[in-house]
Formats: sequence, C-alpha cells, structure tokens
Amino acid sequence: MQMSATQPSGEIAYNSPMKILVIEDDREAADYLQKAFTEAGHTAHVAGDGETGFALADAGDYDVMVIDRMMPRRDGLSVIAGLRSRGNTTPVLILSALGEVDDRVTGLRAGGDDYLTKPYAFSELLARVEVLNRRASAKEAETVYRVGDLELDRLSHSVRRAAREITLQPREFRLLEYLMRHAGQVVTRTMLLENVWDYHFDPQTNVIDVHVSRLRGKIEKGFDKPILHTVRGAGYMLKGG
Amino acid sequence: MALSVPAIMKTTAARLSALYLLLFALCAVALVFYMTSLSARMLTAQTQDTINDEVLGLARAYQRGGLPVLVRVVEARSRQPGANLYLIADANGQILTGNVQSLEPGVLETEGWTSSPFSYQRFGEGELERLRNLPAEQGSTQPEQSDAQAQGEKGHNAIALVLRLPNQMIMLVGRDLGEPERFRAVIRRALMLALGMMGLGGLLIWFFVGRAALKRIDSVSEASRRIMGGDLSGRLPVTGVGDEFDRLSENLNAMLARIATLNEGLKQVSDNIAHDLKTPLTRLRNRAEATLSGKHKTSDYRQALEGTIAESDQLIKTFNAILMISRLEAGYSSENTNRVDLAEAVRDVVELYEPVAEEAGVSLEADVREATFVNGNRELIGQALSNIVDNAIKYSTGASAQPAVRVALERVGAGVRLSVADNGHGIPDDGDRARATERFVRLEKSRSQPGSGLGLSLAKAVMTFHNGRLDLLPGNPGLFVVMSFPAREDH
Repeated sequence: MQMSATQPSGEIAYNSPMKILVIEDDREAADYLQKAFTEAGHTAHVAGDGETGFALADAGDYDVMVIDRMMPRRDGLSVIAGLRSRGNTTPVLILSALGEVDDRVTGLRAGGDDYLTKPYAFSELLARVEVLNRRASAKEAETVYRVGDLELDRLSHSVRRAAREITLQPREFRLLEYLMRHAGQVVTRTMLLENVWDYHFDPQTNVIDVHVSRLRGKIEKGFDKPILHTVRGAGYMLKGG
Repeated sequence: MALSVPAIMKTTAARLSALYLLLFALCAVALVFYMTSLSARMLTAQTQDTINDEVLGLARAYQRGGLPVLVRVVEARSRQPGANLYLIADANGQILTGNVQSLEPGVLETEGWTSSPFSYQRFGEGELERLRNLPAEQGSTQPEQSDAQAQGEKGHNAIALVLRLPNQMIMLVGRDLGEPERFRAVIRRALMLALGMMGLGGLLIWFFVGRAALKRIDSVSEASRRIMGGDLSGRLPVTGVGDEFDRLSENLNAMLARIATLNEGLKQVSDNIAHDLKTPLTRLRNRAEATLSGKHKTSDYRQALEGTIAESDQLIKTFNAILMISRLEAGYSSENTNRVDLAEAVRDVVELYEPVAEEAGVSLEADVREATFVNGNRELIGQALSNIVDNAIKYSTGASAQPAVRVALERVGAGVRLSVADNGHGIPDDGDRARATERFVRLEKSRSQPGSGLGLSLAKAVMTFHNGRLDLLPGNPGLFVVMSFPAREDH
C-alpha cells in the first residue's frame, strides 16, 4: 500500500469549507459526525429526526446533506422526496444500515445522490461528501481537465503531461478522468470501484491499488513531480503543483 | 364433553349446525304454512261447490212442487248418513225441518254465505258421537281422541248458504268443516314431527361431523402450541386421508420445515459470528490495551491506531459479507434481476484482476466469444466471479513454473457454464473441497493467506440466488470451479 508519493494523513488540504446538514437520530453518531466534520474544516448542523431535518433543510442553504434512512417521525427517503418535490437540489448522501443492491437503488431513485452503508469509515464519508459538494460539480460540463501540467481531453480521449502524449487503456482513461474531475479531493477505493467499474462490492484483494499504481507509472514515470498521491487510510488524490 | 354451553357455541361446528338448523326450520315452517293455506282454500272452494249443487237441486224441487216437495226432499236427504246440513225455518227463525237441532245465534239472519264458520248441533248427536268414538278409544292415538273431544264440547263447525224462500221462510244448506279441521291437525302434527326430526338431525350432524372437525382442529392447535413452546422439530399430525385438514397440516409442516432451516442458518451464522468475529475483536482490544500501557512515541500511537482502523475495516467487510450471504440465502428480492451478459461480466472481472495477476506472475485469460445472457444481477455475478478469480490467482501464485488462471464461458444444453480453472495445488481431498464453500471454512493451507473465509460461501449463495449451482471440481492440476446458470426464461 505504501506508494512512492505518500502524503501523511492529517495534512490533507481539504476543499473549501462546506455547510453540511446531518439528519441522524442516533445522538452519539450525529455528535461524532458533527465533531469530525468540524475538525475537517466544515460547518455541520444536526437534526435528530426527519421532521426537524426537513424543516432545517428547507430553510437553510446547505452544500451537502447527510441523511439517515431509518428515523423517527419521518424516514429519510420521505424527507429527500419532500425536499426534491419542493425544488431543493442540494446533494444528499444517504446513510443506511440496509446495504443491499436493492436498497441502494431505492435510495438513489428517491432522489439521493450517493449511498453509504453503516458501518462506514469516516474518511470514506468525508471523501464522498466533498465530492458531492455542489459547488465542485461544475466540472461535469468541462471537456478538458487540467491538473498541474497534466491535461485530459474528454472528447478526443487524449492525455498529455507537459506536452508529452501519454497512451492509456480505456479503463485507465476513465480512472484518470474521474481522479481529475475530483482533483484536490480525496477519492476512496470504493468510490473508484463504483464510478469507474460500476461495482459496489469490496474485492478481496485491493485490485484498485494495482490499477492506480499502473496509472501512476504512466503519468509520473519520467516526470520529476509526483501528481497522484496516496492518502493513507483514505484513498487517493490527484493534485498538481 | 366437558364443554359448557357457551364454550360449545364458541366452536365453529356448533355455530354452523345451529345456523343450519334455524334456516331449515324457518323454511319448513314457511312451506307448511303455504301448503296449509293453499289446501284450506281449495277445500273451502270444494265445500262451496257441493253446497251450490245441493241448492240447485233443492231449487229445482221447489219449482216442481213448492214448499211441500222441498220439505220432503230435505227430510229425505237429511236422513242419509253423512249428510250435509239442511234446515228450513220460518221467518222468526223457528226450525221447521232439517237435521240441525241448534245453531249459533245470528246465523239465520245472514243472507248468502255465512261470513265465518259457525257451530251447530245435529239431532241425536250425543248418541252418534259416542258410537263414533268407540273404536277410537281402543286403537287410535292420543291427539285424535282429544281432537274429537274438543270438537264434541264445542259442537261442530260448518259453513252454509242461507237463502230466503219467496214465502219469507229461511232455508240453510251447509257442510261440516270437520274434514278440513282434521287435515289442519294432521299438517300441524307433521310440522312438529319435522321440526323435532330436524333438531335431532342437527344435533347428530354436529356431534359426528362438527365434533370430528373440532377434534382435528384441537389436535392441530395442540401441536402448534407444542411447537411454539420451543420444539421446532415437532410437526402437525397428518391422518393420510388427504382431506382439507391434511392439506392444511402438510402446508403448515412445510412452513415449519422452512422456518427450521432458516433458524438453523441463523444459528450457524451467529455461531460463526461468535467464533470468527471474536478473534479479531479480541486482537483489536489487546492492541489498544498494549498501546495504552507503557510509554510509547507518538509515531507508535499513530501506528497502533492505523492498525486498529485497518482491522476494523476488515471486520466491517466480514460483517457485510455475512449479512449479504444471509440475505441471499433467505431468498433476497428477485426484483433486481435483469438480462445480464455473462461475457461482459467475465471481461469486466478479468480486466479488473488483470493487473493483480500480472503483478503476481499469473497469466489470467478469458475464453469468451459471443454475448451470453442470463437472468440475474450483474453486481452479484461480478462479485461471485471476482471472489473465485481472486482465489484462483492467490492459490496458483508460485505453485508452478507457469501459473495460469483461465476463465471460460460456454453453453451447456439450455444452461450456461462459467468456469474458472487454475493450475495451482488445488484441493486434493474430496471432503475438503465440499467444505470449502461453507461459511468461514478456511482450509489449513489457506490459513496463511489473507481473507475472511467467506469468498466462496458468498459465491455459492449468489449461485443459489440465481437458481444455479457452484461446484468445486478437481482440476488437472489445480482447482476447477464451475458456476452453472439455468436456462434463461425469455419473457
């Protein structure tokens, strides 16, 4: 797991601060999330049940919401559906103890943007929430991604670094594309597996690490500066300069 | 029967019997009333016809010879046995001739048909009555006698036609109603008898049919109580007759068997959780404790915490896998299946594992040609196949000069066979091979390899979910894992 350019955790330069709403009925879990988000430089508000959460979400201007599925007074899916029907497009990450494919599909269909099963690692949650941040999603529309001297053209499927052409396999291209779209953000192995391979399970071996290291070989070999960093205990981050 | 009346009425059989009885009785009563009134009307009409005929004859006699002839004819007819009633009276109601001794007052004042039956007494009636009752007293039944007695006391009832002759004299021609009265009595008796029989029949039906059913139900509920009491191996009694009760019992027994299987599975899971999660949890705890005691550098703490996180992650993975296997085995929901191209699934997984295999020095190749569709869940198939490929790479690494894993897809009859072959050491022992797909089973040789021991169990559960099967066969050398999918139902 120890890759060439390892950046110690705790010194990760996270994105700009976000305003996050946590709707979770488990008091301890909610407090923990609030504390952890605050430590990561964000502001987090907590609602202890669905009704309160709905009211807060409807009134406040949040960047991302983290909503538990099973809650007293109003369940998470109903809160999301209610918000969506009122034109609220704030990205939502659903937290759930239910974790099968069907549950995920139901959750996403109800208007959720991402789905995370309990128990989860906070680093995973944080990475996903930062990727969901609506102010970061503007990149979807861009056709050319640039990170430092690395450049990826989504239309011509070409990649070059410092004006030197780099040949990638289709999957490697999609991997790099995802990493570049979320440059400067931590991307976990599960996120890569979900978004690049469309699989939602944990492979027994860390297959993703090997794919990333191959990609790293192609985009870093022959260049003096590392660009694809391993964030220990979390995942990877593409970062120039 | 030690049941009290309210308790008996609580049983369905008794309630049904009572209801049927009531319905039948109502029907019988209605039918009898209808028939009685119909026959009474017919009898009355008949009586009136007879009287009309008589009057017609008498009128002709009167026309022929006036009053004297009429009187003679009346007298003659009066004397005949079982004659109708004849009476001629003067304008004051003084009886001149005929066979009637006395009448209910007011009858002679009517004109035409008497409005209702009236009572009367014939000449010499006392004697006649006694004579008629003699044989009845000896042989006939009780009610008949009392009927005759009641009639004797009241006199007889009759209807009659009252006419005014031209000379202001009154003529009455009537007919005794004894016959219709007797008829009514017979009907009444028949009704009583029918009701009595019905009551008895109802009781018998309830006793034999209802009570038998009740007994069967009682035995079923007794057995259920026993089973609820914790004896899950208990089963409901089946008589072998093949009736509704047997079918019910058979179905409930099948349900119990299913519950027992699920229960067994649950027990096994909890045993396994207890066994296989306890070990890493203890390790986790010990590591934290060891780190806390004694003086350490900050970097040591960091390392211990990182180890803790890694271990927790592994625990979470194991836990998720256990949950998933249980859900798959419990039937999962089949809503999330659709057309899956196995060729694509194979290519995806091989592509995913190709760098890992290359790093391990294992050649991984796929023998896939055309698109092959099955009904299924891409995600689950991908997971099962990746677990198998993962294992194959792991156990063939370094096992031979040219370790190789080969994934092949072929049609076998109507079904599809997806196989993963490696040339590693394989699992030579048949028993071991069979056990390898059980939960948490990690064969001795694999203990040194990382893994939860759930990979093949999960793959097997996935195949069960797809109505297929997972077979571990001896390769030559190595292991030959076969995932068999059933034919696709095209709908």
